[in-house]
Amino acid sequence: METTEVLKNTDATQILEINFGPQHPSTHGVFRMTVQLDGEKICGLKPVFGYLHRNHEQIAENLPYAAIMPYTDRLDYVNALANNFGYALTIEKLAGFEVPERAEYIRVIMAELARIVNHITVIGFMLNDLGAFFTPLLYAFRERERILDLFEEITGSRLMNNYFRFGGVKRDLTNENLAAIQKIVSKFPAFLKEFEALLTKNEILCMRCQNIGILSGETATNAGITGPVLRASGVNYDIRKVDGYSIYNRFDFKIPLGEKGDVYDRFYVRVLEIRESLKILEQALTKIPQGEIINKKSLPLLKMPRNFKPPVGEAYGRVESPKGELGFYVVSDGTPQPWRYHVRAPSLINLTVLEEMCLGQKIADAIIILGSIDIVLGETDR
Amino acid sequence: MNIPIEEVKKELEARLPDVKLRLIRDSILIENPEDLPRVALFLKESPKFLLDYLSSVTGADYLTFLESVYHFYSMATKQGPVALRVRVTKNNPRVPSLVPIYRSAELQEREAYDTFGIIFEGHPDPRRLFMWEEFQGYPLRKDYEQEDTEVLEATDIAWLEARGIEIPGEMKEKAKALQATNQRAIAQKPEKPRN
Amino acid sequence: MNIFGSGVFQGMMVTLKNFLTSYFRKPDEGGIFTVQYPEEREKAIENFRNFPFLVYDGSPEQIRCVACGICERECPPKCIHIEMALDVVGKPARKPTVFDIDYGLCMNCGICEEVCPFDSIFMDHAFEVTAPERQISLVRPKKALLKSNEYFQKIRPTLAAVIDQKRKTAEEKKKAAIQPPATSESK
Repeated sequence: METTEVLKNTDATQILEINFGPQHPSTHGVFRMTVQLDGEKICGLKPVFGYLHRNHEQIAENLPYAAIMPYTDRLDYVNALANNFGYALTIEKLAGFEVPERAEYIRVIMAELARIVNHITVIGFMLNDLGAFFTPLLYAFRERERILDLFEEITGSRLMNNYFRFGGVKRDLTNENLAAIQKIVSKFPAFLKEFEALLTKNEILCMRCQNIGILSGETATNAGITGPVLRASGVNYDIRKVDGYSIYNRFDFKIPLGEKGDVYDRFYVRVLEIRESLKILEQALTKIPQGEIINKKSLPLLKMPRNFKPPVGEAYGRVESPKGELGFYVVSDGTPQPWRYHVRAPSLINLTVLEEMCLGQKIADAIIILGSIDIVLGETDR
Repeated sequence: MNIPIEEVKKELEARLPDVKLRLIRDSILIENPEDLPRVALFLKESPKFLLDYLSSVTGADYLTFLESVYHFYSMATKQGPVALRVRVTKNNPRVPSLVPIYRSAELQEREAYDTFGIIFEGHPDPRRLFMWEEFQGYPLRKDYEQEDTEVLEATDIAWLEARGIEIPGEMKEKAKALQATNQRAIAQKPEKPRN
Repeated sequence: MNIFGSGVFQGMMVTLKNFLTSYFRKPDEGGIFTVQYPEEREKAIENFRNFPFLVYDGSPEQIRCVACGICERECPPKCIHIEMALDVVGKPARKPTVFDIDYGLCMNCGICEEVCPFDSIFMDHAFEVTAPERQISLVRPKKALLKSNEYFQKIRPTLAAVIDQKRKTAEEKKKAAIQPPATSESK
């Protein structure tokens, strides 16, 4: 009786609920979405977190301050240097350390290189999700490889850099390192030109990306979206300009903005941001002075990290990580371990609007919308 | 650009005279948690501050009370931060949710609930964020005791046996004893901590 | 206005160019990048760090480590375990009897290397570490961790040269410090 009734009403479709992930290759790790589908259209989407949860905050609360640094590498493992930067900045704020001039320049150079690495990786993976199977990704990886080799030479590790120290950096850049960076910076525009010729005017890419996953500026601000996703929606907010932390206020660079806030804008804003990063790098490379690489006050800390006890107080430090605003909130009670340590992870908070962007789109578009937000599950789940 | 916290406090006291405020370091403590949405809405809409961006929401455990800390910035005027905090008792940790005013609190309040057990009243989706629903306890509270993963509990044994896995009798008895006393298997802390 | 399809065509030309030039260009100018790993190997980068090892001078008995336990305390994941050797009287001998590093826990952060005041523990270049199971065979005992100073000089020549120089001057200073009492006695 019931089945015949359903069969009679052929226009009615059933809502199908599927679990998308956690093993799906385009979820960039172990992320799950419960998607409700009406035919091929998305009519509901709930993200499910926690597959990579390891309680980073509790681990850190049981460790001395300096020992947390290698753990911050594991938050956003595509650009560990930005996490190092944020954490070092927060503790310097808490303990009142000064950073020598040369160390500041080295920090900016390394952070911008990490930004380039992150952006080309994310563009490559986003295109992979689109179906441009591995050709653009491997072109991007070819360039990334050079920068990673350089990281290996300078920091000792390709991804888990553990390079920043409170009041400076771990190792100085030699003249050969600087020359190698200069070589990468001068060669990069040619690669970007080629990469853009490959992609930006490609009709298939435009059709798949334009007018998909539109996010308005007001929603983005209210939902606390930061980074390239926010700027693609046309909101001019870059913490490097706003806070001018470290020495970013000395450099001349623009903030690329999108117009519509669709997937294409997010993709293109990242390409433009790489160009701005190259500009910063060029300025930093010409201006970098000689001198100390670590504050004299914090030198003994390197040998005895456990003896470091910042004064009682709290600090909230934030940096413009390539994914958005990466904030660290640290409360010190005068002991060698933080009383409270919190990470404001951009990858997590940028997912607040995922459902809104995906509603009414096709299931295939959900993949590229997720790819364009740029999440790393190490940071999302912490 | 920084906003002097005294200025914020003065403005708040002038406009919302019935809200009790106290300065703690560089932040404002709102004595009654019920006033939080009013203060936040005022800061968001007052043309002087325009704090339209809630950057971070987090909890903290101070043994006698729990705290919820909010860091506000302004994207329109590029000012900030203004830190607000509210304090609640551990027995009744109820804080009004800020989601109706700032959507960025949505996932962060869920995280604070998950890790500290602060209940955000009025949250549209008050579930745990990282842990599963059946999880007991709040891992970031200072009195949290870690579960012993080596000891099987009654539910684990039922799950395993339903899938045809044999369990040694000793383990079963242990699980039964735990279930009888209605306790979880707590990890024993080593007598002498390693280092 | 572009003709529809010209963007795709342009992209195809880029891939064609890359395909052709990869045959005669050098690897860092757009040529083939791949290294056929087990047969070919990339040149080792000196600063590369992987699991730690212990340095000895001359023979394995002359280990530099004095079992002070600083690395054990500072190690973030607590993967080092040290026990001090006792001499016949029962006094600490300033040598480790047990020095285990759990490679399954170690995260290659390099903090042990940084904090060691005796230049005894350093990060290795060996990355092909395998074990048949996860628990016991990944815990490396002292015997497996000991490597000669010559090996250290081979893998990280610049750092080893600095350390050797430092140790040499320290030793000379020590010798010089022992000398003066003899002269003071003669007074």
